[in-house]
Amino acid sequence: MHRVKQLYDWLDNRTGVRDHIREVLFENVPGGSRWRYVWGSTLTFALMIQFITGIFLWMGYAPSGQTAWESVYYIDYHMTGGHFLRGLHHWTAQVMTVLLVLHLMQVVIDGAYKAPREVNFWFGVILLKLTLALSLTGYLLPWDQKGFWATKVATDIMGGTPIIGEQLKLLVLGGADYGHHTLTRFFALHAGILPVSVIALTVGHIYLFRRHGITPKKPLKGSDEFFWPEQVLKDAVACLAVLVTVLILHFSFDGAHLDAPADPSTNYPARPDWYFLFLFQFLKYFPGHWEVLGAIVLPGIVMTLIFLMPIIGKSEKGHNFNLKLLFGILVFAGVLTYVAVNQDRNSLTYLNSKRKAYREAELVKEMAQKGIPPGGALALLQGPKLFSQHCASCHSYDGHNGLRNVDEIKFVNFESTELKSPPSQYRVDDVLKQIALEAGITLKELREWNEKRGKTKIELDDQILVPIKRDFSAPDLKGFASREYLTELLHPKRFTSPKFFGNTAHAKKSKMKGFLEDEFDGIDDDEALRKEMNQIIKALSAEAKLPSQTKMDLNDKADIQTGHELFEEIGCVDCHALGDWNADEYSAPDLTGYGSREWLMGIIDNPAHERFYGSKNDRMPAFGKDEKLTRKQMEQIVDWLRGQ
Amino acid sequence: MGLQSHLRLNIEPTYFMSTEDNFSDQESQPERSDRRGFIKEASCFIGAVVGAVPMTAGIRVLIDPISRKNSESEKAEFIRLAELTELQDGEPMKFAIVEDKSDKWSRYTDVPVGAVYLLKQDEKVIAYNTVCPHLGCFVDYRKIEKDFFCPCHDSQFSLDGKLTKGVSPRPMDELTVEIRNGVEVWVKFERFKSNTKEKIVI
Ligand code: FES
Repeated sequence: MHRVKQLYDWLDNRTGVRDHIREVLFENVPGGSRWRYVWGSTLTFALMIQFITGIFLWMGYAPSGQTAWESVYYIDYHMTGGHFLRGLHHWTAQVMTVLLVLHLMQVVIDGAYKAPREVNFWFGVILLKLTLALSLTGYLLPWDQKGFWATKVATDIMGGTPIIGEQLKLLVLGGADYGHHTLTRFFALHAGILPVSVIALTVGHIYLFRRHGITPKKPLKGSDEFFWPEQVLKDAVACLAVLVTVLILHFSFDGAHLDAPADPSTNYPARPDWYFLFLFQFLKYFPGHWEVLGAIVLPGIVMTLIFLMPIIGKSEKGHNFNLKLLFGILVFAGVLTYVAVNQDRNSLTYLNSKRKAYREAELVKEMAQKGIPPGGALALLQGPKLFSQHCASCHSYDGHNGLRNVDEIKFVNFESTELKSPPSQYRVDDVLKQIALEAGITLKELREWNEKRGKTKIELDDQILVPIKRDFSAPDLKGFASREYLTELLHPKRFTSPKFFGNTAHAKKSKMKGFLEDEFDGIDDDEALRKEMNQIIKALSAEAKLPSQTKMDLNDKADIQTGHELFEEIGCVDCHALGDWNADEYSAPDLTGYGSREWLMGIIDNPAHERFYGSKNDRMPAFGKDEKLTRKQMEQIVDWLRGQ
Repeated sequence: MGLQSHLRLNIEPTYFMSTEDNFSDQESQPERSDRRGFIKEASCFIGAVVGAVPMTAGIRVLIDPISRKNSESEKAEFIRLAELTELQDGEPMKFAIVEDKSDKWSRYTDVPVGAVYLLKQDEKVIAYNTVCPHLGCFVDYRKIEKDFFCPCHDSQFSLDGKLTKGVSPRPMDELTVEIRNGVEVWVKFERFKSNTKEKIVI
């Protein structure tokens, strides 16, 4: 302790720091410390968290169309502690918005804006706006779907400003389109201009606050006290509460969600972050060119009124008006927020696109673990996206549509149920049970599901929400032509299972199935038979030259050779061509190069070509020949299927 | 203001932590100072905790390059560079090393990551990393002088890699060569620490 004191004296001698600390700590608090004075301190604390976490996040962030999402993903999923750091920054921002409102309320209720504190109130209002601007700009920086679309809406509104709108938008976006410069500009605002302005104004705000002192709440509770230590303790405890709230939010929402990378070509339910939701909802009531009224004129009037509060509040009547105005705004915003949330909760389109977006995000993050191509993470999704658009109406990929979608939420009407086998008696529970069964969930889950959406009691003539499983009629293509894939496909019992050809025209009187049953019946118990099959599979799978099997193919040269020979011996070759065994008339697809890039391109180009299914082709369109897909798109699908 | 200046006089000679004031008349002296002591300590403690959380969160991410296990550098593998017939006796030839490379989130396929000189001398092939052992410049091969020359600080190396002139602390870095199937030249591409006497693989 003595040393510390010596050092302190030394420093004071040279800087006069003691006087400053004293001035800060021995500020007079009229009537003693109170909990209602803590809001300013909590905001300063939140701001401090944002500065610290923000600077560290900055060290890992790279603003550009091809690196923003990727670098944020890397921070969150690969850097030690990155997930927590990002969560802290994100949730503190949310909490800060609430604190701002509380601070404003306390100031207005206590009349702390009155003379001579008008200027300080204005500082505060500007700080409020700056903080909201920080939230808005920060929301875009990860360049994910939700940030992208929310910002698009916000900037489009800005573009609607009379006279200067278009220019303003160009200026903010850094061009006509959203891209690199949108990010660099938003980042410069978010991490440069806005924080510096916030610091400057906060210093002014605190200086003026000190100059005028606390506005004591009458009646005073006790005798005067110093700021230190009673009020400091209250402030500290409040800051701790803020921190704990942030931590609880972080852990219960598992950090800050990162959506799939921004893709202007998909539809996405654009929503702003929750604190802007009321404005978003408000705009729904202003059709067409009336939008300016809702987006700019009315909010402008309200902001002006808030700004004028110190002047309006000079009289007792004016002060009352201010109070009513503030509470009016808050109630209004609250109601609108509720309406917005409620509308979304009951909108099927919204629910489904939200689920879709969520699954897409999970998928792309998983794919990104193996590294992201220089073109950015969006490229990773090209294959699955095309698959889901063009192939997934028949084919599945690992049981889903390529983008992890296995079901779609639908309203099921009790009377005209879409059930495959409706129960004979219409009792609520029976129907529900049947619905749950077909949706592949339990009855309890189904009930909970609807409860969450405000449907606690279900009547017979109700509509309820059900996730309906998608049906796929054509073979699953995950791992196509790989050894595992063929092992399953060529099992006599599996060939015509729904996963493969069960729902196709080939299922009915499948020659292939008959052949497998004749030759490989009892394969599960027969070691020798299994070995033979294995060798054939190795030979067939080697045709694909899958990148994931390069090494295995090299090692198993002997087996592949035997497999080739077996292919002829057991008579596959009677229907299928393979390599050298090549006659003119084969009734089944040519398996030369089966599963290779070239083969897949060929079958997608035209499955009815005689090399593939010929006249036996079952419903598969000729994507290339009929120009449903470009060559480039076909390549993207094929490369993704082959795991390239 | 009057109150404050009065107090300032009062506490002038003491260290600010130990300020005693004249407030609150109900509590007895020792009890009061106990309570105040506790409040002061609690304030400092809580203040330190709430400040430490964001700071540690940030620093943990900052030191990520130190704290993570080095998973990014992979073990060197042999790479097939040329066939014996492509090489001329006694004449070094340069070959680029093309590899897949990852940098943080990015994965690049087939990028040049370095180069190698291959020198055939009576059926034996020697390989040198083109990086100068001194401070990492690219060493040139000079056709006329028939030697290796580093343009940065003028180190010269003979064809067998020995330093003939200059500041390099060690000879050119030789790489392991394997001849497979009689004709294929495979090289184990490795990088070494610069400016040390010994060859240290990095
Ligand atoms: S780097 Fe080659 S001599 Fe210095």
